[in-house]
Amino acid sequence: MNKLKFFIPVLVFVALGIILWRGLYLDPRTLPSMLIDKPMPGFELTAVDGAEVSNDDLPDQIFLLNVWGSYCLPCLIEHPTLMRLSEEGEIPVVGVNYRDRQDLAANWLEENGNPYAFSILDESGRFGIDLGVYGAPETYLVDSNGVIRFRHVRVLDETVWKQQFLPAIAELKNEGSQR
Amino acid sequence: MIPEIGQFSLILAFSLSIILGTLPLLGAHQNNYLWMSLARPLSAGVFVFLGISIAILAYAFITDDFSVQFVAQHSNSLLPDRYKLTAVWGGHEGSFLLWTFMLSGWMLAVAIFTKSMPLEFVARVLGVLGFLISAYILFMLATSNPFDRIVPLPPADGADLNSALQDFGFIIHPPTLYMGYVGFSVVFAFAMAALLSGKMDAAWARWCRPWANVSWGILTLGIALGSWWAYYELGWGGWWAWDPVENPPLITWLFGTALIHSLAATEKRGVFKAWTILLAILAFAGSLLGTFITRSGLLTSVHAFASDPSRGFFILAILGVAVGGSLLLFAFRAPLMKSEFGFDLISREILLLANNVILVVAAASVFLGTLFPMVYQALTDDLISIGPPYFNAIFIPLMALLVVLLAIGPYCRWKRTSLSFLLQQLSKVALASVAIGIVLPLIITLQISIAATIAVTLAAWIVLSMLQDFLGKTSNKASRVQGLKALSLSYYGMQTAHFGMAVMLIGVALTSSYSSEKSVLLSAGQSVELGDYVFQFEGTAPVNGPNYVGDEASFLVSKSGKQLSTLKPQRRIYLATGTPSTEMAIDAGFLRDLFITLGEQKEGNSWSMTIYVKPFVRWVWLGAIFMALGSFLAAADKRYRRLRRRQTEPARAKVKSESLGGELQPSS
Repeated sequence: MNKLKFFIPVLVFVALGIILWRGLYLDPRTLPSMLIDKPMPGFELTAVDGAEVSNDDLPDQIFLLNVWGSYCLPCLIEHPTLMRLSEEGEIPVVGVNYRDRQDLAANWLEENGNPYAFSILDESGRFGIDLGVYGAPETYLVDSNGVIRFRHVRVLDETVWKQQFLPAIAELKNEGSQR
Repeated sequence: MIPEIGQFSLILAFSLSIILGTLPLLGAHQNNYLWMSLARPLSAGVFVFLGISIAILAYAFITDDFSVQFVAQHSNSLLPDRYKLTAVWGGHEGSFLLWTFMLSGWMLAVAIFTKSMPLEFVARVLGVLGFLISAYILFMLATSNPFDRIVPLPPADGADLNSALQDFGFIIHPPTLYMGYVGFSVVFAFAMAALLSGKMDAAWARWCRPWANVSWGILTLGIALGSWWAYYELGWGGWWAWDPVENPPLITWLFGTALIHSLAATEKRGVFKAWTILLAILAFAGSLLGTFITRSGLLTSVHAFASDPSRGFFILAILGVAVGGSLLLFAFRAPLMKSEFGFDLISREILLLANNVILVVAAASVFLGTLFPMVYQALTDDLISIGPPYFNAIFIPLMALLVVLLAIGPYCRWKRTSLSFLLQQLSKVALASVAIGIVLPLIITLQISIAATIAVTLAAWIVLSMLQDFLGKTSNKASRVQGLKALSLSYYGMQTAHFGMAVMLIGVALTSSYSSEKSVLLSAGQSVELGDYVFQFEGTAPVNGPNYVGDEASFLVSKSGKQLSTLKPQRRIYLATGTPSTEMAIDAGFLRDLFITLGEQKEGNSWSMTIYVKPFVRWVWLGAIFMALGSFLAAADKRYRRLRRRQTEPARAKVKSESLGGELQPSS
């Protein structure tokens, strides 16, 4: 027994090694949101412009929920696509300003242009946790009933829009007309 | 052509390190003198070829060879030369080459400075290091080769070094941190050699101590540099964020701190032998874990390199073989390490043990907090995030307890100390510390803060007990100066490092309690007040750098009507990537820092900006400098060198007589 205690470190290490090994195969980026096909979590928060917003303010049609932050450089890359989508009225875009500061976020919108109907201010990242956000940028497709249907992590550019979002939207519309 | 030479050189280093990782170890096992004596020249060879490799990579950066993928990804023709050179460690592949090269540098140092140790032991140490290096080089060649080319059409220009890295801190922080990190591999190799031979005595601990002390000192500096850099570059005025990539160096540091204390007990009293070995393995495991976390994409953070599961798998394999193997060896061999027991409840041994327990618990808590989100996700598929509140709640009380004991330790004698002696020595010190702790923060700031009171009390406790100890230790000598001269360098080292702890404690507590900040929108000519300071905004002017353009604002800072300084924060756009970046302006001071970060320009001529006043923040890093200085002093103690000479001389005499005999033989 006395000698066995010296095996404790190696046993702990083996257990840890297994967990680390399993962790390698959990790329958080490919993880589907826990909320796919579930309603968007409820919220009553402030928007970046200072207005009080809640689930009632969400659009009644299919819309994009885009997670962004002023610190997020890839957000600048997808920004023109979001601007085009919202300016051409293709789809409304709601923002989630994730782990940012209100003054910085407001500056960013002012400087680069604001594609969002409104941006939920999530300074603490609490709402992001409810949503299962991995990091900015990240975009969710939400249907007219407020149910999350699709999630895309990383930059949403024109290619991603055409290849992933348009088919997903077409499917949703198709489903809607059958009902 | 030239990058291929670098590649060949890397392959050569790999081949040599494979031999180094096997033959000397076998030689030590079978007592084959020839194989053992291969260890030193092979170490030099590995060092030389890794050196050629890294020099060629640096050359590719300097000459803008964008056909090399790593150069194309991390440099740009406009990048200033000093950043081209240091962009070598601006990404995963090159920084890993630097890491391996540094390990070979440590290995060379071991080969050179161990002339007095038995060859069998040196062969084992170098063999273990050679084995590690061969694994690292294989990892590079297989998954992350810095010399990969872009063929047939190389890009015209590179993508540029991340603008956040283009800074003085980037030049010094990573090499220092790596240097400290890999230094613990040497101590690990010493521990392995002890386990392999089954022998571990006071001489072993004495050989280990200078290496452990120096590694620890450099790691301390490396972490402090990282903290200082984050503070002035990232622009949020923090100096520690419990980021998943900041934590592994801290874990290594905590294990390392426990190790250098436990080594003292092992050397002087022959106790805690198995425990010391285990700590050496754990400190090394911490350094490998840091590599694993940053390079596998396991955890996400500002530091993480591009993630790639195959890399993660490879590092995990190295971790499994090196740490798993050594722990298994430990399990079989540690029972052989008989410690000489026998000390009382109040003794220096017990205090060092308490130090070890506290540090290991702290390291384990940081480790759990760092990995828990991932473990949680692995088990439940849910995501959670663990933040500073968890770490602060556990870490701060543990450190407070550590500091209370830290001051008592030097008073205790080995084996046993009487309680009445301690009480007599320390009761006045304790009272005086509490008094200072209550009064001093009140005088300085006129604000009551419990955290500041406790911290100042603890710092006073360290400093006063140290002074008392100096007085006590010199009182029997003819004069104080003589007494001070008689004290050993390692004693001064210990006290310097402990003093550093007091300084850091003050810095951490006061800057956390009394810092203030304000976000404002100002037009030229307007001013804002924060604390006792008035910041007058003078306006902005355009600035142009070699690879960026931007605006520079100018502020006049004054305190009660007296002008102090001019601060000039900048906002830059880097041309190659279009990345905006903010360069804050700092007025650094011994008692407080003032700094400004410039935000965006608004309509008209107004700018958004944030202004900070941070009292005592410099003390955080000043404390780390004292700690490092202390460890270098202790390592320089002539005790280590004197013993070396004493052991060397008879050995040399022997060799001489042998060689004489050799000369005589043919003639006879």
